[in-house]
Amino acid sequence: MPKTDKNTNKSPYSIQDINKLIDQGLTEKLHTLRELIAGRAAKEELEMPLKEHKINSPVFTAAMKSDYTILVPQMLPVHFKLLKGIFRRQGYNIEFLENTGHSVTEHGLQNVHNDTCYPALLAIGQLIDAVKSGKYDTNKIALLLTQTGGGCRASNYIYLLKKALEKNGLSHIPVIALKLDSMSTDADLGFVITKKMLLRTIYACFYGDMILWLKNQTKPYEVVAGHTDKVVEILTNQLDHSFANGRYLLLGANYVKILEAFKKIELKKETKPKVGIVGEIYMKYAPLGNNDLENYLIENGAQPVVTGVLDFLLYSLNNTFVDAKLYRAMTPKDIITRVGFKLVIHGQRVMRNVIKLDGTFMPPSTFYHVQRAARGCINEGVKMGEGWLLTGEMLDLIENGVGNIISAQPFGCLPNHIVAKGMIRAVKERHPEANCIAIDYDPGASRTNQENRIKLLLANANAAINGQKEKKRVLNITSTEEVPAKRA
Amino acid sequence: MYYKVGIDIGSTTIKVVVINDNGELVFSCYRRHLSRIAEKLSEILQELTLLLNNKSLKVAVTGSAGMSLAEAGGIPFVQEVYALAGAVDELEPDADVVIELGGEDAKILFLTGGVEERMNGTCAGGTGAFIDQMATLLNVSVEELDALSLQHKKIYPIASRCGVFAKTDIQPLINQGAAKADIAASIFQAVAEQTVTGLAQGRNISGKILFLGGPLYFNQGLRDRFTDMLQLTPENAVFPELGQYFVALGAAVYADGTERTFSYQELKETLQNQKNITGKSRFLPPLFNNEDEYAQFIDRHSKNCVPLADTANYRGGAYLGIDVGSTTSKLALVSENGNLLYTFYASNRGNPLPIIKEQLLEIYRLLGDRIHLVAGAVTGYGEELIQNAFNIDYGLVETVAHFTAAHFFDPKVDYIIDIGGQDMKCFTIRNNTIDSIVLNEACSSGCGSFIQSFAEALGYAPAEFAKLALFAERPVDLGSRCTVFMNSSVKQAQRDGAGVGDVSAGLAISVVKNAIYKVLRVHSAQELGQHIVVQGGTFLNDAVLRSFERELGYDVIRPNIAGLMGAFGAALYARDRHKAAGKTESTIMSADEVAAFHHQARPVTCQGCANHCSMTVNIFPNGRRFISGNKCERGLGGKANDLPNVYEYTLNKFRALQQQAEAEFDPARHTVGIPLVLNMYENLPFWYTFFRELGCNVVISGESSRSLYAEGQFTIPSDTVCYPAKLAHGHIQRLLNKGVKTIFYPCSSYNVDEGKSDKNYNCPVVAYYPELLNVNVTALREIDFLYPYLSMNDRQLLAYHFHTLAQKHPHFNFTLAQCVNAANAAWTAYRGWWADVEAYGISALKTAEEHGHKVVVLAGRPYHLDREINHSIDKMFNSLGFVVISERVLTNLAYQQKVNVLNQWTFHARMYNAARYVCRHPNMQMVQLVSFGCGLDAITADELKDILERNGKIYTQLKIDEINNLAAVKIRARSLLAAMEAGQSSN
Repeated sequence: MPKTDKNTNKSPYSIQDINKLIDQGLTEKLHTLRELIAGRAAKEELEMPLKEHKINSPVFTAAMKSDYTILVPQMLPVHFKLLKGIFRRQGYNIEFLENTGHSVTEHGLQNVHNDTCYPALLAIGQLIDAVKSGKYDTNKIALLLTQTGGGCRASNYIYLLKKALEKNGLSHIPVIALKLDSMSTDADLGFVITKKMLLRTIYACFYGDMILWLKNQTKPYEVVAGHTDKVVEILTNQLDHSFANGRYLLLGANYVKILEAFKKIELKKETKPKVGIVGEIYMKYAPLGNNDLENYLIENGAQPVVTGVLDFLLYSLNNTFVDAKLYRAMTPKDIITRVGFKLVIHGQRVMRNVIKLDGTFMPPSTFYHVQRAARGCINEGVKMGEGWLLTGEMLDLIENGVGNIISAQPFGCLPNHIVAKGMIRAVKERHPEANCIAIDYDPGASRTNQENRIKLLLANANAAINGQKEKKRVLNITSTEEVPAKRA
Repeated sequence: MYYKVGIDIGSTTIKVVVINDNGELVFSCYRRHLSRIAEKLSEILQELTLLLNNKSLKVAVTGSAGMSLAEAGGIPFVQEVYALAGAVDELEPDADVVIELGGEDAKILFLTGGVEERMNGTCAGGTGAFIDQMATLLNVSVEELDALSLQHKKIYPIASRCGVFAKTDIQPLINQGAAKADIAASIFQAVAEQTVTGLAQGRNISGKILFLGGPLYFNQGLRDRFTDMLQLTPENAVFPELGQYFVALGAAVYADGTERTFSYQELKETLQNQKNITGKSRFLPPLFNNEDEYAQFIDRHSKNCVPLADTANYRGGAYLGIDVGSTTSKLALVSENGNLLYTFYASNRGNPLPIIKEQLLEIYRLLGDRIHLVAGAVTGYGEELIQNAFNIDYGLVETVAHFTAAHFFDPKVDYIIDIGGQDMKCFTIRNNTIDSIVLNEACSSGCGSFIQSFAEALGYAPAEFAKLALFAERPVDLGSRCTVFMNSSVKQAQRDGAGVGDVSAGLAISVVKNAIYKVLRVHSAQELGQHIVVQGGTFLNDAVLRSFERELGYDVIRPNIAGLMGAFGAALYARDRHKAAGKTESTIMSADEVAAFHHQARPVTCQGCANHCSMTVNIFPNGRRFISGNKCERGLGGKANDLPNVYEYTLNKFRALQQQAEAEFDPARHTVGIPLVLNMYENLPFWYTFFRELGCNVVISGESSRSLYAEGQFTIPSDTVCYPAKLAHGHIQRLLNKGVKTIFYPCSSYNVDEGKSDKNYNCPVVAYYPELLNVNVTALREIDFLYPYLSMNDRQLLAYHFHTLAQKHPHFNFTLAQCVNAANAAWTAYRGWWADVEAYGISALKTAEEHGHKVVVLAGRPYHLDREINHSIDKMFNSLGFVVISERVLTNLAYQQKVNVLNQWTFHARMYNAARYVCRHPNMQMVQLVSFGCGLDAITADELKDILERNGKIYTQLKIDEINNLAAVKIRARSLLAAMEAGQSSN
C-alpha cells in the first residue's frame, strides 16, 4: 500500500490562484487539471501499488553498546585520537580506521557512484575495506559517519553508505549518523551524545586544533628529525589522561602546557615559504585524501599552515543565525546555539591569546577574524559545503603573511566552484602578490600533475622569499633568431 | 666560465638547449621520446660530445616528466612554468600574456597588471596529445592535419570542455562526411577555446601575446585559430622562432643560478644511471600467470563460433549487413539460414564511403550468378549516410542489431555487453526482448578506439599490442575516469619504467573497470545474468576479455566474430524484415551503379529555426542529396511534426514574455535586467511580475546560443562547473551589451517548499552563482548588480528584505506596502504560469492516450528548457513519434515518492514523483537529462534508476554538455523506442 503523505492528495493551487486563472480564460484547462490531480492520481495510488524499495538499516541499540565495535573513517589524526579516549570511557568501543592504500579507493569506486565526490568515495571505501578485511566480526560492528546538513551532497554520505552496505549484503550492520543539527529523524538510540561528551568533544577540538597549528610551525624546522611527532604523541597521551581525570577543563593551563612542549623543540634558523592549506574539510585534513599534503610540503621545503576545525564548527553554528536573518525568524533553539557558539569562540580566543602573548609562534586567527576577512568579498549567506569560510580563510591567511594558498578540493565539488575557484579572482585582486592554486583530487587524477602544480607554487614562493637577485642576463639571443636544429 | 644546459622533458617530447659562455644558443633539439626518456637523453648527449667535452656545465631539468629524473640524479629541477617565466623575462620582456601549449599541459602567464601564472585543470589535459589523437582518427599525420586546416571553409562547433567531449563531437562529423579540412580547423578551434576558457578565468587576454610550445610552433592552423579567436593584430600575436624552446631556455637560465657544476662525463653518467627510478605509478597483477592459463582460456573461447556457409558452392539468397561504427566498418553476408558467407572488418580511415563502395563491388564479384543479394541493412554511426548513399533496404539502431546477433548466436542469452570504438552498450534480455539498456555517457566514451590509437601511436598493430598485454608482468593501474585521465596516467607510468605490455594490459583493465563500475554500475556477475555475451571490436582484444572475466569473476561468452556482431545482426534483421514483408528484391544499387558512385560533401548552416544547426549536405550521383547533422525534420525540407511538446510550449511562453517585456518598455521608467539562466527558467515569471508591479522595465537577456556562450567564456573561473552555469556569463554580458544599468539576479539557499521533499534546498551552484559572477565579471562593477538573498518561499520576508535593499538605491523608491503587493502579485503570476504549463502537459497526456502515442518524460531541471543546453533533444524525441513532457507536469500527479537518500532539493524531488507516475503508465518512459558536472545527479540517478527499473521501466540517462552532436543521443533514443516496441509486441 502506498503511504499517504502531507499535502500530496490536495490540489497545490489555492482558490485565489484558480480564480485568477479563470479570469485569464483557463477554466477549461484547469478543470482537466483539477480532475486529474484530485481524482485519478489518488485513485491510481490506491489501485496500482508500485514495488517499493526501502533499505532496512538496523538501529544501533543500547544493547549493542557493550560488545559492538564502532568503525569511523579517519580524518583528523590528532583530534580523533583524543575523541577515541572520550568515547571509550563512555563505553563506546570506537575505532578510527587506519587502513589506507589502493584497496580503499578500489572499494570506493566499486560501491559509490563514481560521479560522487572523492571524500564520499574514500570514507565509504575505507569503511567497506575495513568491514571486508576479515579483521572484524561483521555481526559485532557498527559504522559511523558524520552527517552535515545543508544543500551540499555531503549530507547524503550516510545514505550512500547504507546503499553500499546493501549492495554487499551487509545491511545488517548498523549505521550511526553523527550530526551537527537535528535534521534527520533517525533514532540512533544506542548512540547518544550526552552533554558531558559534547563538552569533552569541544575541548578535544580546542587542544587538537592547537597541536595541529603548532606542529606545522616546528616540524619543518626541527633539528632532530621526528622530534615534533614525538612531542605530539606525548601531548596527545597526556591530554587523553586529562579527559579521564577532569583536568581537561583547565583550558588556559593546558594551552600553556602544549605551548611549552612545542617551545622545547630545537629549531633551525631558516626561512621557508608558508603555504596555507584550505579546502573541502575532508580534503583539507585527511592525509588519505590529499596524498599527505602537509608532509609533502614539509619534504619540499615549505611550512604548511593548517587552521583548525573549530572554525568549521563555528561556521556551522553561525549558519543558523544567518539563516534566521535571511529566511526566517529567530527561534528559541537559536539562543541555545548562541550559547554554544560563545563557548567555542571563547576557547579559540584564549588559545590565540596564549600563543600571541608568548610570541614564539604565529598565533591562529579566531573565527571573528576570518569572518571579517571574508567581508566585502563573499556574503555570509553562502553556506553550503565550507561556504564563505573557505574564502575567508584564504584571505585571513594571506593577511597574516601566509602568501601561498592551496585549496584542496574534490574534483567537481559543487560549492568549491563558487567559494574556492570562483573567489580566487577576488582574493588576487585584494592581494595581487598572493599565490593561490586549486588542486583537484580524484581517484583518476595523475599525481604528477598535482605535484607539478604544487611545485610551481613553491617555486614562486621561494622566489618571493629570496627576493629579486640583481639581474644578470644569461641569454644573448633574440627569440626570432634562426634555430640551429629542426625537429628530428 | 661554464656552458648552460637546459633540458625540458615534457609528456611527449624532449627539448635540449645549450648556451655557451657568451650566452649564445649553440645547440637545440626537439624530439619525441615515446616514453623512452633515458634512452633518448643519452642519444642526445652522445651528439653533444664534441661540443661539451672538457667544458664545465651547469644543468637544470624541467618539465613534468623530468621531475623524478632530476630528483634521483641530484640535478637541479625547475618547474616548467617558472622556467618559462625566466626565459620570457629575458627574451620578450615586453609581452603582456604568454600562452604555452605542451603535449599534456597548457599554461598561461599574465605579466602585466598583476602577475599570474596558471596551468590547466585536471579535466582539460592533453593539448598536444589530443591533436595527435585526432590526427590518428582522421588517418592523417599531424603535419597533414595542419595543412588541411588551412583550407577550411567552415568551422563546426565542437565541445571544448575536454578531449573526450571534443572527440564525441568530431566522430559524427567524420561519419556524416564532413570535409576533413573543416574538421581539422574545428579541432584547432576546440583546442584554442579550451585553452582560453580554461586559463583566462576572468582575466583579459589582450596586449602583446606570446604563443609558445610545440603544437603552436608547428601548426599554422592552430595559430590562426588563436589569432582569430582573440582578435589579435599581427603585431600583438607573436610566434617566436624559438617558441618550442622557451621552457628549455628558461631551464638554462635557471641553471646559471645554481651551484653545482658538472663535467660532460659526470652529466652523462648521472643521466645514464636513471634506469631504476621508483615512480608513483601503481602496478597490478599480470593477466595470465603462465602459458597454460592462457591456453585454457583460448580453448574455452574458441568453442563459440558462428557457423560458416560453404561460400564456394552456396546457391540461393544472401543478406548483407553493414555496420559503420565510429572507427571501423564491418560487413557480414549471410545465407538464408544465417550462416556466414563473407565478412569484412577494417578501419574507416576517416571516411567510410570509399570502403563500403569497394566492398560492395567485392561482394558483387563474389556473388556471381549463383547467389542473389536479397536485402541489406545498415547500422552504426554511419547508418543514414550509407543507407542513403547506396540505397540500402533498411537502417536499424545498433542496439537492435547487436541484440539480434547475440540472440541468434545464443538463444539463452540474458545479458549483452558490447564495447565498440566509441560506445559501450549493455542490455538485459528478458522474454526474448531487450528489457533494459545501459549506454555509456560522454565521459566514458571512446575507450575502445583509445586503445587502438594508443597502439598506433606507439607503432604497433592493435592485435600485436593486445598480445603484449597477456603476459605483461606488471600491468599499470591507469584509473577509470576517462581517457584524458588515463592518458596522463600512461605518461606517468611510462616515465616510471612501465613497458609497452604493461601499458597495454593497464589500458585493457581500465577500459573494463570503466565499463563495469561506471557504465554497468555492478560489482558481481549475478547482477547481470547467467548467459553473458560480450561483443564489439574491443572484446577481440584477449586482454580486455580476460580482465573483464577476472573483474566479474565469471566466465562470459565471446563469439568468434565479436567485432562483426553488429553487421551480422543487421544482415539477420534484413533477412527477417524482408521475409516478413514477403519481399524478394533489394533496393541496393546494382554493381554498375556502385562502380559509378561518387560523392561530395558541402557544409551548410540550417536557417530553419533559431538553432542554426551545422549540417553537411552530401551529394550523390544523379543529384541525390543527403543532409546530416540536423536535429529535426525541418532541416530536411520537411515540417516538424506537431506532437505535443511541453519543452517547446514552455519555451514559447518565455519567448512571449520576452516580447511582452520589449513591447512594454518605457524609457521613462527605471530598467532592471534579468539573466535567463539556471533557476530563472523557473522564477522569471515571478520576478518579471514583481518588477512590473513596482513600475520598472524588465529586460531579459534572451535565449542562449553558442555565440552567447563565447561572449562570456573568458570570465568562467571553474572549467568543471556545469554548462548551464557557464552560460550565465554570456547572459550577463548580453545584458551589459544591452546597456542595462541594473541587473537583478538573487541568491538563495532555499527553493520553494512544494511539500514533496524533506528539505527545499537549491543546489549550491544555483544557490550562489551570482556571488561568483559578481567577483569574476568585472564589468558588473560599473553598474548596479543586485544579488540579494531572497527566498520566494516567504513573500512577506522577501518583500521586507527587498525593501531594505531598495532603500540603499535611490532609483528604487518603493514603500514596504508596494513591495508586499508586488511580491503577492508575483507569486500569483508564478503559480498561474506553471499551472498553465501543467494544464498543457496534462492535456498532452490525454492526447497521447487518445491517439496511442508514446510519451517520454524528459526529466531534468527547469533550465534544461534552454535549447543551447538541451540541444533540441525534445524535438528529436518528437520526430521519433514521442509526446514530450517534463517532470514538472507529473510532479503533482503522484504521491510523494519515498527514496533511500535525503530528498532535500526541490527541483530533484519533482523527478522522483514524476518517475512514480511513469511507472504506472505503459505508454510512458522517463529519460533523465543530466548536465555534465552535476554532482547532485550522481545521487538522483541511482534512485531514479531503482524506482523505474524495479517497476519494469527502462532508465535512460542522457548526459549533456556543450556537445552539440546528437548522434550518440539518438542511438539511445532509438534504442529506447525499439525496446518499447519490442515490449509491446511481445505482450
